[in-house]
Formats: sequence, C-alpha cells, structure tokens
Amino acid sequence: MQPFSSHTGIAVPLLKDDINTDQVAPVQAMREMKPDYKKMLFMRARAEDKDFVLNQPQFADPGILVTGQNFGAGSSREAAVWGMLANNIKVIVAKSFADIYRENCLQNGLLPVVLDAADQDAFIARVVAANGAAPFSVDLTTQTISGPGGPDIRFDIPAADRMRLLEGLDDIGLTLKHDTEIKTWEQRMAVAQPWLQAAEDSRASV
Amino acid sequence: MPETLFDKIWNAHRVAERADGRELIYIDRHVLHELHAPHAFEVLAKQQRPVRRPDLTFSAQDHTVSTQPGRTDDTNPSGAAFIKAMREGSRRNGIKVFDLGDPDQGISHVVAPELGMVLPGATHAVPDSHASTVGGLGALAFGVGTTELGHILATQVIAMKRPKSMLIRLEGRLAPHVTAKDAALRIIAEIGVAGARGHVVEYAGSATRAMPMEQRMTLCNLNIEMGGRSGFVAPDDSTFQWIARRPFAPQDAMWDRALAHWKTLKTDGGARFDRELVLDCNDLEPQITWGTDPGQVLGISGRVPDPSGAADASKRTAMESALSYMGLEPGMTLAGLPVHRVFIGSCTNARLPDLQTAADVVRGRKVAPGVVAMVVPGSSRVKREAEAAGLDRVFRDAGFFWGESGCSMCAGGNGDRGEPGERIVSTTNRNFENRQGPKVRTHLVSPATAAASAIAGRIADVRQL
Repeated sequence: MQPFSSHTGIAVPLLKDDINTDQVAPVQAMREMKPDYKKMLFMRARAEDKDFVLNQPQFADPGILVTGQNFGAGSSREAAVWGMLANNIKVIVAKSFADIYRENCLQNGLLPVVLDAADQDAFIARVVAANGAAPFSVDLTTQTISGPGGPDIRFDIPAADRMRLLEGLDDIGLTLKHDTEIKTWEQRMAVAQPWLQAAEDSRASV
Repeated sequence: MPETLFDKIWNAHRVAERADGRELIYIDRHVLHELHAPHAFEVLAKQQRPVRRPDLTFSAQDHTVSTQPGRTDDTNPSGAAFIKAMREGSRRNGIKVFDLGDPDQGISHVVAPELGMVLPGATHAVPDSHASTVGGLGALAFGVGTTELGHILATQVIAMKRPKSMLIRLEGRLAPHVTAKDAALRIIAEIGVAGARGHVVEYAGSATRAMPMEQRMTLCNLNIEMGGRSGFVAPDDSTFQWIARRPFAPQDAMWDRALAHWKTLKTDGGARFDRELVLDCNDLEPQITWGTDPGQVLGISGRVPDPSGAADASKRTAMESALSYMGLEPGMTLAGLPVHRVFIGSCTNARLPDLQTAADVVRGRKVAPGVVAMVVPGSSRVKREAEAAGLDRVFRDAGFFWGESGCSMCAGGNGDRGEPGERIVSTTNRNFENRQGPKVRTHLVSPATAAASAIAGRIADVRQL
C-alpha cells in the first residue's frame, strides 16, 4: 500500500448525508473485470446532472471530498474507494463514515477524516467559500487541515489507523507476524471445538 | 463478569492483538462470490501468497449469473468473465465452487446455511454487505471489501477493532401476514440507516424467538441497512433442529459434542450492552418503503410523510429528493398505486418458506395484466424443493417468470432490471436510486405483500386481498 503522509488538492463539497456506494460506483459500471475506475466515480450523477459538483469546472481536478453523515453506506464494493483514488481523491472529510467503507479506505491508503462536531460546519463553510479557487492541505503527521479562510484545523484519528496509513503497512505482512499464534489457535480449537476446524461434506463419504 | 454472546464469540475467536492495536479474529468459514473474489485471487497470485485454509473457504456463483432456464456462463455476457475467473481462481487455490449446474449453486447467504456450513457460535466472512444473514443461526458474520477478502484468504483472520454491542428486543406477536421483513423495516425506520453503525446487534425477545430460522435470517440480513457491523440471534432448540443432518454440519458423535457446546451460547443475565432498544410487534402491520433508502418506511395503511415535518434541513432535502424520484406526494397512501413489475427473490427473501408464503397468496389467481412478475429462488436447492411442492406451477400458472437461482434483480449485476420510470415492488434489501435499473422506483416489502401486489396490479395490503 502507498504510504500516506499529506495531500494537497481542491476540496469538493458534496453536502449530502447517506451517500451510498451504488451512487459512488454504480454496479452498471462494473460489468468488466477491469473497469475504468476513473470514469466510474459518480458516473450516473456526472452523466445526468450537469450541475453535479464534479461537473463544475472549478472542481475538474479534485483532491479532497467533503461530505455529510454515513458516507459510503450500502454495498461493500471496494470500487467505491478505487474510483476516488483514480481521480486523485486521497482524503474524504465526512461527518461520519459507514463501517465497511471506512475499512476499505484504510486498506487503500485513502485517509478518512471526521472532524470534531464543533469544527465541521465552519470547515464546510470554508470549502464552499473557497469554491475550488485555492487548495486545502491535509497533513496526517501533524493531524491538521490548512487552507483558505481560516486557521489550521486539527483532527483526531485512532493511532492505529494513523500508523497504518503513514507507514503504508503491508496489512497481510503485519498479520503474519502472528503466524505462530494463528497456528496455536487452530491447534487448540481442533481439540476444543473440532467442528469449527473442519468443513467436510458428509455426503462425500457415503 | 456477565458476558454478552457477542463477547463470548469474539473472545473465543481472538487470536492476538496486532502492533497497530487491531485484534485478529479467526474466521471459521469464508464464503466468496464471483463479483469480488477474482480480483483478490489475482492480487494474492502476484504476491505469491497461498490461500491458508482452502478447506474452510467456499465459492459461490451468484451476483452475475443469468436466471434464464438453460443458462450457461455466457447467457449474461457481462458475467462470463467473472464466472470463469472465479472457477479458475478457485480451482488454482483448491477451493470448492458451487458452480453453475451444481445442485448446491445459489446465493452465498442462502447456500451456506442450507448446507450446514453455518454453525452457532462460529465466525463467517463474505465479501458482501449482507454477510450477517447467517446470523439467524447464531453465527457472527462480517461483510468485507476486496482487500480484506484477500487478507482473510492469506491469514484466515480478520483484523478489527472490537465493535460495540446493541440489544434489540422484538416483543409480542406478529399478526398474520406480518413477517420478519416488516419488523426489520420498522426497526430501520425507527433508528435510521446509520442507527447501528459500529455495533454488533443481538436480536432477542419473544417475537424473535417465535420466528423460524428463515425469518431470523431475513431479520439479520437487513442489519446492514441500519449500518450494523453484524447481527445475530442466539441459537436455541429450533436452531439446532434446523441444522441437524445438513451435509456440512457435524454428524453423529461430533454432533452431540457440538450440541452440548452450542447450548451454552447465550448472553448471561445482567450482561451489559452499549445500547438497548425494544420494538413492540403486536400492532405492527405490513411495512413498505416509500423513499430511496431502507429507512424511509411506512405501514401499508400509512401516509407518505411531509418533508416540512423533517427533523433538520438535510433530512428535509433528502425527503424532497426521494419524493421526486419516487413520483409521490406527501399525504398520499401507497396502497393502490399501479405497479409495473414485481420481484420475489434475493438473499433477503428467497428461502423456501418465503416462496410458500407468496404462493399461498398467488394460488388460483392471475398476475394483473401488464405486470411483469418474477420469482427467483435463493438457491438451486430451494428451487428443487419448491418444484417438488408444486410451487413453480402455482407461480407459472399465475403468470410469473420462474427463474434459475442467483442475486438477479437485487443489484442487477446479471442484467435483470426494470425499465426507466417503472414502479417495482420487490422483496430485496435496497431501494436506492437506480439500483434496479436507471430511474426505477423500488418499494421494499415482504413476499406476501409482493405477491398480493402482483395480483392486484397495484400496491396492495395483503390482509385485504
């Protein structure tokens, strides 16, 4: 995974709650094994609504998505994260994230930011006022967002998630450091609850 | 200290804590599907990492498969590459595939329980948000993305922060024609589409206990529609009876041993949940979604709400947009609105009793002229059993299409979908804009309400048919 330390780009205000992954990456765009993830992002809204924020010229080169509550609800499809990265959107600032979507962000080096409730509306106002004329910068090392219209804003993120993004850790490699413990667990369970460690078709033996 | 059942399952599966603070939770059964697994197979091959436990991993072909009789890999042209890559990747990694033509083919969330792969107190993962369907049998299941799927293939564990716990008690008795689907839609309406975010939900209470396994699975299936990380019902004697003698379940002496353990799987008296909620089911009527998320729900005799009464500006805008998309006005009732299409199927509502309930409504009647009505069984086994019971004749004689098993119109990954502007009554789980086809208007309901609406040609109250 690509490490993430900071990212600077145009902040795009998509100020709605409950945007689901069907909207972000429509299943109709996933008909090939290797679809065009760049084109897939919000494909339907971009095709049907000329006023959709990503159709506006000042947001043609996005870097940060700013959005509402429960972003990424619905399907677990990871294409909804890959579509962001294909468009150079490496940070999403939301009021909250759906659980699986947030996991998928962390798995791909996309930084999910939730600001303190007290800072959210002021930040959104600054993004709207900037209107794509000047970029914002998000620095994960200092946990700050800076940009036009006001002072730097500090954000919290669990230390574990921060470390994982900063170091671009190989998630599987990190887990396999515990290979011995996994083996020990399996051996213990094969004795204690053997039905969990075997999934055999009883019809096959007849 | 008293523990919840979630605590017990989590602790029993906790292998280690990783350097980044995440806990490694062992996954007892991993069930894949062809829309996402081929990508993970490719990544693992590049990294030269083997699948750690192919013997605990199974592959389903469900999202992209055609529902047409006599189907092949190529009947849905856009599915062929996924189906073939799934077959090839599974073979290469030594994973059993429930392939097209296999008597055990079907939707992963339907197949795994009916084969007895789902066991009380076990952990599951599926690269699909409806993974927790199998929670109906007392298993703890997580929906995951594609990278996490690869992680589980390589390690057989999931790396997670421990979720919070929630108890939802469904109390009272469901009236005739009122089902788990209606109760679940009502809960989502009450707590909202993000109401259970970050939580594992235990469903309990007298109404839950009275539900047969298939309904418990419907209840747990919809857990993700309120944002829940997982959801389950503690197992009881009816669970054990349901699982007994299924092909992948423990047999004979091993069954007795397993059973003795499973009987201990319950939340201790006095155990603490982070959140608790009660729904009185006695007066619940059939429910239906009016809007474009599964929390926008009405009783069938209710009236479409007025956005001016919304709690905040964001909710108001969302309601206005939903009304406009759905072609509805505040204050109207949904019952009586003409319907173009009816879909009975999906991991939510396509098990045998769902089809029986629908057939009971349909028997001796005809689908209204002009309505396209489809039944797609949740698995090939459900299809065979339904045919043995004559249900296919009931549906066909009434004018329904009777399909081969798969996800079909739930997500439209196989090309089954409605036409722009159509109003569809559907037993699925998501009424999102454009999900069942561009500009399609979806109303989520139970199988009984769907069947009644197909006959009436209008959204119908099954109690009045």
